[in-house]
Amino acid sequence: MHDVLVAAQQAGELKAGLQSIGAGIAYGAAAIGPGIGIGIVVGNAITAMARQPEMAGQVRTTMFLGIAFTEALALFGFVLFFLAKS
Amino acid sequence: MFAAFTFPPIDELFRWKDIAFKNTPYAINKTSLLIMISSALILVLFIGGSRKMKLVPSGLQNVVEMTYDFVDRGITRDVIGNDATRFTPFLGSLFLFILFLNFWEVIPGIQFPPTSRFAVPLFLSLMVYVMYWYLGFRHNGIKYLTGHLFPKGVPIALYILVTPIELVQVLVVRPFSLAVRLLANMMAGHILLTALALLSAYTISNAPVIAIGPIALNVAVTGFEVLVGFLQAYIFTLLTAVYIADSLHPEH
Repeated sequence: MHDVLVAAQQAGELKAGLQSIGAGIAYGAAAIGPGIGIGIVVGNAITAMARQPEMAGQVRTTMFLGIAFTEALALFGFVLFFLAKS
Repeated sequence: MFAAFTFPPIDELFRWKDIAFKNTPYAINKTSLLIMISSALILVLFIGGSRKMKLVPSGLQNVVEMTYDFVDRGITRDVIGNDATRFTPFLGSLFLFILFLNFWEVIPGIQFPPTSRFAVPLFLSLMVYVMYWYLGFRHNGIKYLTGHLFPKGVPIALYILVTPIELVQVLVVRPFSLAVRLLANMMAGHILLTALALLSAYTISNAPVIAIGPIALNVAVTGFEVLVGFLQAYIFTLLTAVYIADSLHPEH
């Protein structure tokens, strides 16, 4: 009887531990792509602003839009992190 | 021996006890109280700023005019078009509301952004959702939907791929990502600030030699969160304007 209880407890701990690991990996993986993407967006926006400073305002607005769309995937990962953990 | 450093469970950071009208649907907690205070502050700011208006603005009127100008020129005219000033009141109040709610995150003694509870951004994004569907159907009829689902210049075979993606994009991803973007940013900021504050308190009482590190980091991140709060309010309003522009004149 005691062994069964210990085994059940260990299984529960194992599940919780694996869930945490999975959540961590899920968020880490979800952050890779958007990280690269935002880098490209901002880098190109800076190039554009340096080449044509008179367009800086419009470029900045578009840059924020691009960041917002790129960022969405990382944020889904962030939500998934909390969903997977609990 | 030192007491081990433990981080409180996430629920403890975001779930506040009811203050008044307990156990009724109208219960008031810290979140709703802050929302009411911010609404009142915005009202006071704008009514106070627009009373006794002068040709050369000064004081409060200056602040109000600058805010209006920022939304009108930077968001409405830039994104929707020069003929769309009728949307400026809506976008402006949306921007200010989110801005005020976000800034509670860094006000000492309060330090809790109501936008980090999902109900607030979700409600705001559903409002925007209903609004752009209504505007889209009113200005373009059913073409609004078909224009999205069957974009021009795409080979017919590709519609198998494009149409479901566009359908999910328009129906689910847009409002969800609008809400989640604001939520996740404010939530992450709140958790980060809490962690740094706890770490500062812990190092002050247990290891004062290295306490300067967490404290300096805390100050720096607080400054960064001011930027994030402003930026998220701006991006929310900007995306709302983009969706409205898309409803008014699609495929531009």
